[in-house]
Amino acid sequence: MAKTFEQCMKELEEMADKLESGETTLNEAVKLFEAGMKLSDSCRRMLENAEKKVSVLLKTDDGEYEKQAFLTDEESKENE
Amino acid sequence: MPILTALYRKAIIMDKIIVTVSQLNAFVKKALDSQTVLNDIWIKGEISNFKQHYSGHLYITLKDEGGVLKAVMFKSAAARLTFLPKDGMKVVARGKISVYEAGGAYQLYVSEIIPDGIGELFMAYEQLKKRLAEKGLFEQSHKKPIPRLPQRIGVITAATGAAVRDIVNVASRRFPLAEIIIFPSLVQGDGAAADICRGIEYFNKNRAADVLIVGRGGGSIEDLWAFNEETVAYAIYNSEIPIISAVGHETDFTIADFAADLRAPTPSAAAELAVPSQAELLRNVVHCGDRLINAVYSCIETRELRLSGIKLRTPGDIINEGCQKLDTLVRRLERGFEAFAESERGRLAKSCARLDALSPLRVMSRGYALPIDENGDIIKTAEELTEKKNFNLRMTDGSVSCRVLEKNGGNYGENI
Repeated sequence: MAKTFEQCMKELEEMADKLESGETTLNEAVKLFEAGMKLSDSCRRMLENAEKKVSVLLKTDDGEYEKQAFLTDEESKENE
Repeated sequence: MPILTALYRKAIIMDKIIVTVSQLNAFVKKALDSQTVLNDIWIKGEISNFKQHYSGHLYITLKDEGGVLKAVMFKSAAARLTFLPKDGMKVVARGKISVYEAGGAYQLYVSEIIPDGIGELFMAYEQLKKRLAEKGLFEQSHKKPIPRLPQRIGVITAATGAAVRDIVNVASRRFPLAEIIIFPSLVQGDGAAADICRGIEYFNKNRAADVLIVGRGGGSIEDLWAFNEETVAYAIYNSEIPIISAVGHETDFTIADFAADLRAPTPSAAAELAVPSQAELLRNVVHCGDRLINAVYSCIETRELRLSGIKLRTPGDIINEGCQKLDTLVRRLERGFEAFAESERGRLAKSCARLDALSPLRVMSRGYALPIDENGDIIKTAEELTEKKNFNLRMTDGSVSCRVLEKNGGNYGENI
């Protein structure tokens, strides 16, 4: 499963912490830097490309709940 | 009445002491103020003689069939009123009974007024709030932190109306990464409390959200009543998912607000509290990137600094050093050879001297001669020389040819 934004963000922060500690070898530092920049890029893309996802739970005949796309009153009017 | 008996007793004991009006009023005021029950009391009555002074204070007379009570509501308390009192209005007023000494009258100092009818609801609210507080439902230590970056936001509210629209708009604008899941619920009237509880249970049972928003838009106290129900308070308290309450307007406080992990003044504010803003997160991401860049630069810089402290030998250095070493060796070689040559010269001279001493020429110079045969060999015995034999006699300054005339016997040495 793809990593969530929160996981990515946490990893990114940890990488920055580690790199800032100065306790890495140059080799590690360069690797951390590369991986970190890649991660920050994907974090940014995740944020920028995020599409809103809103669903509503509707009760089915068997008493369970089912997710359906949700439109606010305004959106439903726009669609009409 | 204890107050009067106290006064009588004082008059009797002190024997005809005359008190002033102010002293009496001060005494009565003190006596009334000491009655704790009168310090915070709810009084039911009808408004008459309502006057709004230009200072902002409200002057009211409360009455019922049996009597009247003067009341004053100061500007600060009046500012919190959600309606404007009118003559004839039935109300429940809360306040403190005390004496206005300058007027010589006791009166009610009003802190709040509620239209009657919901007065009883208010009482129920106050009682429930007190009871639940005692049971620890509002304990700060029980409150769960709101997650920083929720992936799923459960919203328990009416599927239509301003509240759900505001929450969806604000949350999806700020942080579109989070999924919003709406549990449609009645938010007023019969069954609303049960619906709200069902929603909270659904999300908890299915672990379907990281944070919940429970609420509705503004309304009258009756409209908001479901959020003052004990069952809702317990459902909120028992939820393992953190809950943000968002009931009505900023001024509305419900039991649900006290039980919730976080109270938002309005539904849109709840959405803002539930999710971080995308722009802010983007700044965080960029900041992390900057930190990485700075850290890797400083990492390289420290190494550069360390490197510059180390003097590396260049090929030129190595050659120069080699040349120097070579020069030294050559000098040592030269000196060594000279010494060797010197000692060899000495040896040669010594050998020459020894050779010279042994040289036959040296012997011949003392008067000896060397007989040499035709082959050039030295003739060492007379025996080799037969009569008439030719030979050479070599002397220091040359040689002469000789012939043997006669051989004599031995004892040659004896003749010498």
